Amino acid sequence: MVLVSLHDVRFTYAFTERPALDGVTLELEPGLLHGVVGMNASGKSTLCALIRGVVPHFHEGTLEGDVQVLGRDLSDWDPADLSQTIGCVFDNPFTQISGIKDTVFEEIAIGLENLGVPREAMIQRVKEVVERLGLQALIRKNPNELSGGQRQKVAFASIIAMDTDFIVIDEPTSQLDPEASEEIFGVIDQLRRHGKSVVLVEHKIDLLARYADSIVVMKEGRVVMHGPTRDVLTSDALLDANVPPPEVTALARDLADAGKELPFMPITRSEAYQAISRRMEGRPRGHHTA
Amino acid sequence: MAIILREAGYTYPDGSEAVRSVDLHVDDGERLALVGQNGAGKTTTVKMMNGLLKPTRGEVLVDGSMTRGRTTASIAKTVGYVFQNPDDQVFNRDVRTELEFMPRYHGWDERKRAERVERAAALAGISDHLDTNPKDLPFATRKFVAIAAVLVGECGYVILDEPTAGLDVVGLSLLNRMIDQLEADGVAVVTITHDMRFVVESFSRVVAMADGNVVADGGCAEVFSDDAVLAEARIKRPEVAQLARDLGLSSTALTIRDVAPLIP
Repeated sequence: MVLVSLHDVRFTYAFTERPALDGVTLELEPGLLHGVVGMNASGKSTLCALIRGVVPHFHEGTLEGDVQVLGRDLSDWDPADLSQTIGCVFDNPFTQISGIKDTVFEEIAIGLENLGVPREAMIQRVKEVVERLGLQALIRKNPNELSGGQRQKVAFASIIAMDTDFIVIDEPTSQLDPEASEEIFGVIDQLRRHGKSVVLVEHKIDLLARYADSIVVMKEGRVVMHGPTRDVLTSDALLDANVPPPEVTALARDLADAGKELPFMPITRSEAYQAISRRMEGRPRGHHTA
Repeated sequence: MAIILREAGYTYPDGSEAVRSVDLHVDDGERLALVGQNGAGKTTTVKMMNGLLKPTRGEVLVDGSMTRGRTTASIAKTVGYVFQNPDDQVFNRDVRTELEFMPRYHGWDERKRAERVERAAALAGISDHLDTNPKDLPFATRKFVAIAAVLVGECGYVILDEPTAGLDVVGLSLLNRMIDQLEADGVAVVTITHDMRFVVESFSRVVAMADGNVVADGGCAEVFSDDAVLAEARIKRPEVAQLARDLGLSSTALTIRDVAPLIP
């Protein structure tokens, strides 16, 4: 079964003129990590909202074209069922936190509570997630008093706790330090290894290069490229969409422009190490670090 | 003229000690990036610089006068602070009114007010949105509204808290142009950021914090070549800087511009 299938989809938010999605055709396979990149206002968040049914069920507007989620037409889904089937982390952690819970522990449990999970099982599940994400120091705090980065981790935790097979995540690391960003990507990678399907909007292209199976590039409401991560990150379509390639890929492009072509186009640091080592006759003076 | 922190520390009312003892000197027109983990004390430190928080130990001086005993509003005329989340800062019904808030507080006449608003809007790339409700703008544009609302006050120091979060390549280049212009105008820019590529490409001085203390303060090449500092502050080098080091090419090359010529 195809995870998500869109055919010539247009969506225009109510009271606006320009479509946020403008003729999107896209098929996403299950069990993979699909990265979504593009400039601000290119349609990434609307795509996420559509997959999750938030558009057009919550944010109203005009929807045209065919949208199928997990083999069912979007209009046939009950919004409540969809919200229990697809976990969703929004891009703004300041709005995702419910504001009605007194402690982080309860906040992480909120999705499970809505699903009617028995109390003991719920507590056990929250404890596991807290440990997995290293949130032990926060569990007694009031969610409204957390920093941006802490809120982002808590919002992520509450979705992970729901343990859905399909998760849509909109910029989970925008407020996080590099170490915490790596941790979040580590957890997302684990989800994928356990067969979960993930759609992930992310600006941190160096991390997508390491973890994503495929990348969707969006520009002005359209999908301008979708394919395996390597093909997309080394393509000109990425640059045309004003999305910077991974830093090591940009370095390789600069080297090629200066007549110093590498044997292959790297997208990660370890690949760049190998490519440059080969160019330097396989005799690097240092060693690669993780 | 300078912002000076002398053994400045801050303990929140709940007893958590966010900043232990910080000595820091920010001069006119300099560019300084404050880096470190979430919870290292960066935001508390900059909030002491503009008087949002008064040190509970030590002292903070802005252009020679202690912040303790002064109102935040009076210090904000000199030290502008752009919040991490624009929605914590932007509250007016349209962008123009938002940008006029500080000029009105300064008591500037209408002509000066209009001039300053136009200049700040142009600098932040939001001239086309002056009559729009900020809530109708995308997050990244709201960030520039928040920045413009501070620039309009013509402070001597501007603090940017995580300015690159949520910005794309166009937003980033606009931000860099703006920082260049601020430097040209003699304004000091202090930024908090997790984006190390932004640090090495746009800032000359970097201050690393860990556990409420400053653990390094120096040029980018100096700080990013020190493994012990990076481990303590739990920060990483930009990808190409780490690559140059792994390849044994250089321990001080930090950007693509530095590294490319080193590869034969």
